[in-house]
Amino acid sequence: MTNKEWPLWEVFIRAKQGLNHKHVGSLHAADYQMAIENARDVYTRRLEGVSIWVVESKYIHANEPSEQDALFDPASDKIYRHPTFYVLPEELNHM
Amino acid sequence: MEINLEEQFQKRIDEEVKIEPRDWMPEKYRKTLLRQISQHAHSEIVGMLPEGNWITRAPNLRRKVALLAKVQDEAGHGLYLYSAAETLGMSRDEMLEELHTGKAKYSSIFNYPTLTWADMGAIGWLVDGAAIMNQVPLCRTSYGPYARAMVRVCKEESFHQRQGYEIMLTLCKGSEEQKAMAQDALNRWWWPSIMMFGPNDDNSPNSAQSMKWKIKRFSNDELRQKFVDVTVAQAEILGLTIPDKDLKWNEARGHYDFGAINWDEFNNVVAGNGPCNKQRLKARVDAWEKGAWVREAATAYAEKRAKREKNKIEAA
Repeated sequence: MTNKEWPLWEVFIRAKQGLNHKHVGSLHAADYQMAIENARDVYTRRLEGVSIWVVESKYIHANEPSEQDALFDPASDKIYRHPTFYVLPEELNHM
Repeated sequence: MEINLEEQFQKRIDEEVKIEPRDWMPEKYRKTLLRQISQHAHSEIVGMLPEGNWITRAPNLRRKVALLAKVQDEAGHGLYLYSAAETLGMSRDEMLEELHTGKAKYSSIFNYPTLTWADMGAIGWLVDGAAIMNQVPLCRTSYGPYARAMVRVCKEESFHQRQGYEIMLTLCKGSEEQKAMAQDALNRWWWPSIMMFGPNDDNSPNSAQSMKWKIKRFSNDELRQKFVDVTVAQAEILGLTIPDKDLKWNEARGHYDFGAINWDEFNNVVAGNGPCNKQRLKARVDAWEKGAWVREAATAYAEKRAKREKNKIEAA
C-alpha cells in the first residue's frame, strides 16, 4: 500500500477567554481529531492557548495578491471615515 | 509598459515589506529559501538524536524532564520549519525523501557523538548558543512564514541554552572528575560549534545574494565573531579553558582573535564522513519506515470515520 500524505491543516489558537482565535501555523494530520491533538503538542506547549480551531487548508480561500490594489486602495482616500477628519472647537474637549 | 517584476521585488525587500507565499518571487529566491528552511528543519529533527541518547540516563528527574522538554521543543521547531518550507511548494514527503536519500543536508554538528553527560551541558550551552546567534536575526528575514516560525523558535530556545549552561556550572562546582568531564566536553564541542556558522565569508558564494534579498542579515564571520566574543566570558565564569591557544583579546579590533578553523574536517563531515553520519541517517530512515504502518492505519481510520459520519448524516 502506498502511503498518502496526510492532509494539511491550518491551526488557530485562542490565547485566553475574551480574545479571538489567531492563526499560528499549520500541520499534517489524518483527520480533524488528530489535527487538534497534534496542534496541542506543537503549538501549546507553554500555555499559549485555551481553545484550538483546525481547518483543512484546502478549504481556505483567499484573494489574489495581484488584486491587492483594486481591493484595498479605494479605502485609502476616504479619510472622512476617521474621527480626526472633523474639525470641532477646542472647548468641546472630548468627543 | 513593461513592469520588471524582479526590480519591483527588490524594491519591496529594500522597503522591508515581507514576502508572503502567494506573492511573486524570483525562482532563485524560492529555491534558496526552500533549501535553507528545509535544511534548518532537518537539523532540528536530526538534532533530537544526540540528546535523545541521554534521556534515559539523565542523573536526576529535574534534568530528565528538562532534557525531554528540550528534545520535544526540537521536534516542534522542525515542524514549524517544515510547514514554512511547504508554503514554497515542496511537499513534506518530498523533503523527507531528500533527507533520507542524503540529497538534503542538515547541520554537521549533529554528526558528532555524545559520549558523556557533560555533552548535554556543552550542547545546550554552545550548540544552542550558536544556533540562537544565527536564529535571532532570522526573525527579521524577508520571507514571512520563515520569520514567523523563527520568532516562535527563538522564544523557546533560550531555555535550552540556560539549561545547558546550568549543567556545565553544576559539573564545574562538583568534584575534580566532574570538572574534568566538563572540560573534556568543551574541548570536543568548541571547534564544531564555531564551524556551525558555515564557511568564511570569502568562501561563501551565495551569501551576497542572500544578504541582498535580506534572507540573511549578518555574514557567517560576523556571527561567528559575535559568538566567540560572548562565549569567552561564559567559559571564564565556569573556570574552563577554551581549547584555542590563539584566542586573545584584540584591543584594536575590540574583538577576540581566534585560531584557524580546520575546514578539512568540516568538509569531511559535510561530505558524510563524520563520526556519526551513517548512524544518524539510519535512525531517521528506520523511524520513517517503521512508522509506515502507523501512518497507514491513521489514514484508514480517518476514512472509515468520515464514511460513518456521512452515513449518520444521511440517515438523519
